[in-house]
Amino acid sequence: MMAKNSHNDIDNPPSFVVEMRGIVKRFPGVLANDHVDFRLHRGEIHALLGENGAGKSTLMNVLAGLYRQEVGTVLVNGQLVNFSSPGDAIQAGIGMVHQHFMLVPSQSVTENILLGLDKPRFRMELAKYDSVIAELGERFGLRVDPRAKIWQLSVGEQQRVEIIKMLYRGAEVLIMDEPTAVLAPQEIEVLFNTLHSMIANGKSIIFISHKLQEVMAIADRVTVLQRGKTTAEGLEIENITRRELAHLMVGRDVVFRVDKKPSEPGNVVLDVQNVVAENDKGLTAIQNLSLQVRAGEIFGLAGVAGNGQRELAQVITGLRKVNQGRVLLNNKVISNRSARFSIQRGLAYVPEDRTHVGTSPNLSMTDNVIMKNYRQPPIARGWAIDMTTATTFAKDLKQDYDIAIPNVDTPVRLLSGGNLQRVILAREISGAPTLMVAVQPTRGLDVGAIESVHRLLLSQREAGTAILLISEDLEELLALSDCIAVIYEGQIMGEVMDENIDIIGLMMTGMDLEEIQAGGSAKNV
Amino acid sequence: MDLIIILHAGVASGTVLLFATLGELFAERSGVINLGVEGMMLIGAMSAYSVALYTGNPWLGVVIAMLAAGLISQIHAFIAITLQADQVVSGLAITFLATGISLVLGEGLSKAGAVSLLPNLSIPLLSQIPLLGAIFFTKQSVLVYIGFLLIPLAWYYIYYTRPGMHLRAVGEYPAAADALGINVFRLRYFYVFLGGILAGLSGATISLAISPGWFSELTTSGQGWIAIGLVIFAQWDPLRAAFGAYAFGALRRLIFDIQGPTTLLGLANPFYYNPYWGFILQMMPYAFTIIVLVIGSREALRKRLGAPAAIGVPYIRGERGL
Ligand SMILES: Nc1ncnc2c1ncn2[C@@H]1O[C@H](COP(=O)(O)OP(=O)(O)O)[C@@H](O)[C@H]1O
Ligand SMILES: [Mg+2]
Repeated sequence: MMAKNSHNDIDNPPSFVVEMRGIVKRFPGVLANDHVDFRLHRGEIHALLGENGAGKSTLMNVLAGLYRQEVGTVLVNGQLVNFSSPGDAIQAGIGMVHQHFMLVPSQSVTENILLGLDKPRFRMELAKYDSVIAELGERFGLRVDPRAKIWQLSVGEQQRVEIIKMLYRGAEVLIMDEPTAVLAPQEIEVLFNTLHSMIANGKSIIFISHKLQEVMAIADRVTVLQRGKTTAEGLEIENITRRELAHLMVGRDVVFRVDKKPSEPGNVVLDVQNVVAENDKGLTAIQNLSLQVRAGEIFGLAGVAGNGQRELAQVITGLRKVNQGRVLLNNKVISNRSARFSIQRGLAYVPEDRTHVGTSPNLSMTDNVIMKNYRQPPIARGWAIDMTTATTFAKDLKQDYDIAIPNVDTPVRLLSGGNLQRVILAREISGAPTLMVAVQPTRGLDVGAIESVHRLLLSQREAGTAILLISEDLEELLALSDCIAVIYEGQIMGEVMDENIDIIGLMMTGMDLEEIQAGGSAKNV
Repeated sequence: MDLIIILHAGVASGTVLLFATLGELFAERSGVINLGVEGMMLIGAMSAYSVALYTGNPWLGVVIAMLAAGLISQIHAFIAITLQADQVVSGLAITFLATGISLVLGEGLSKAGAVSLLPNLSIPLLSQIPLLGAIFFTKQSVLVYIGFLLIPLAWYYIYYTRPGMHLRAVGEYPAAADALGINVFRLRYFYVFLGGILAGLSGATISLAISPGWFSELTTSGQGWIAIGLVIFAQWDPLRAAFGAYAFGALRRLIFDIQGPTTLLGLANPFYYNPYWGFILQMMPYAFTIIVLVIGSREALRKRLGAPAAIGVPYIRGERGL
């Protein structure tokens, strides 16, 4: 509930729409926010910058009423507030667009927007509200079909629905949690225009990001979090350089590039031929897709989330059936066989979901690293597993891959993201693979861990492994790949060898390469 | 064997399945699976019959049956929603508990005398419709007509009203509903309660109207399980659920009747001459239920059937990945 303790002292001029003081929020084993201060001026775009895991989402979830701070106070328009649910925060004019959208996939746009409101009272009268919502969207340049079901919409459109949802509730302060993470470069442009038009309409915006160049481009002021602590509060963007911001964010100087040797691609290792496959709902997720990856190259697959990347990775690794077409690994058909069949022929897989697909969280590190070679000697001795050999094997990997774990019998659920990823990479690389499929290998890791994962991938490339790198992080793809293809609605839009970010961006919005090269690049932007 | 009679009786006994299926459908739509239907139906059947017996008022029996089963359902709600325990285990426990309670409290009830049952009525104009009138609107129990009314109401409620939209949201993506100020816990408690009430009504329908009396656990004879299977078969849609309930009602009756005549379509009736075949027939609805439940427990298939996405998953605010 909102406590209406009027609280207007001198050091708290009401020009702040939101003021958070000394916020502390703990999760089991992590101090996510450690006495964080944050102040938002009316009518500004205020960036909240920090690495993954710095505590940005946590802080804003406190402001949005989803979490409760253990210590600290929150003031909205100079009044002390104490939200016990997101509903209270919305009442006070604070709306949050979450990193993972909070939309019900089976319901229409209008239904999602009306969810939780007390009007309409009983009968839905959808036709009437459809037009109200279309109008509201139009006013802020957020075009979307109110009758469409959420699952039919692109991620960019879903984000618009989230924004309209908050505007419809009369939000004055809009919190956007990493809004650009799911967008193609051109869509980011559109989003930035929307944000500016909201500012022109008197709203205030909190823009969460870990990307420096975006923050420099859009924000008026910036607050930086590092490991749960504020390292800079409310700095004017004009008075600071990108390098200084990077330092505030990670606490040390950052190298923006990785060194890599020129590639020497060899034979075709992975050959995906005209594959058609369905997603879990039985809808076509991959349409007639073909691609080839050669030994000793990193083939980057870019694309906005949900365009068939997950299904493609599963098809290649034998976890999903193909309806048409086939997949060859070293000239052998591996599609519609078993996962073990592909593993025995040199496949390594670094899945997106590290905690459930990549590892078995409650098993020890030893059990996790022998998961692929426990059938063969020396780990296997007939029917039995030679635990002494297995333990030695695990200890060697712990050493070689610099895995911070008390001992190899510790269950891996206790590891941090970066260490867990090193366990997976250690297991996969120790099998001397000829093909490695890596999906979002650095998502959610901190800078140090990202660097080490990148180095491991590059050294595999030099060892002659063919690597298919599926990622939503364009910078990562540009830094590592020898060749980048873009997937859109289950089809490859084109492949480029150079680092032409504009063309990649256009392909991510669904234009194919030929269309772009034919000079269509001006129209769709 | 008369087709009209079979269908007429099918509608009547289908009403039992209808109430239980709709109740479970509401609970599952909100994200809570309750395998205690069979037990709650028994509680309903037992309390309806005994209240009607001692007070002479069958309507009071119906009300008490609904409340009693509703009360039992709240144990499941507490375990599944507040304590966030495994819903399958809790639901099974509810069935054992409720079956036990009804057997103990119903002890001696089967020897009791005649009871004033709920009235059977014919609907004036509708019963004149050829064929349909004779099947649906002639000399049916009032509860059958209540069932007819409930179907469109449930359908309209789920798809075209604000609370219905909230119900779907809570079962599909509770975090989204919570973020907009909908009280996920309260709604789930409510719909589990509604499921209990309807299971109680379903039990009362047996013991007061369709096959009056109390015959210990044979009173429901596994129909609660069939209802759970029907919810999956119906893909969580009330109209399909109604169709399934009546079809199974008719099937039950057909299986019963088919063993009577000596000839069938001019041929010797194999079910008459081989009584064992009758057992195979009687087994069919349960075999169907097992198949549907096995299919429904496969996650990929469940998604394809359009199950509420959060079914069986306790909601914990701020839990990662929700
Ligand atoms: N629901 C949660 N349960 C446990 N730990 C959490 C939860 N949410 C966040 N954390 C932890 O709190 C820290 C901050 O997380 P978060 O606020 O999500 O960071 P950011 O948004 O800056 O990436 C991280 O170490 C994260 O693992
Ligand atoms: Mg975050």
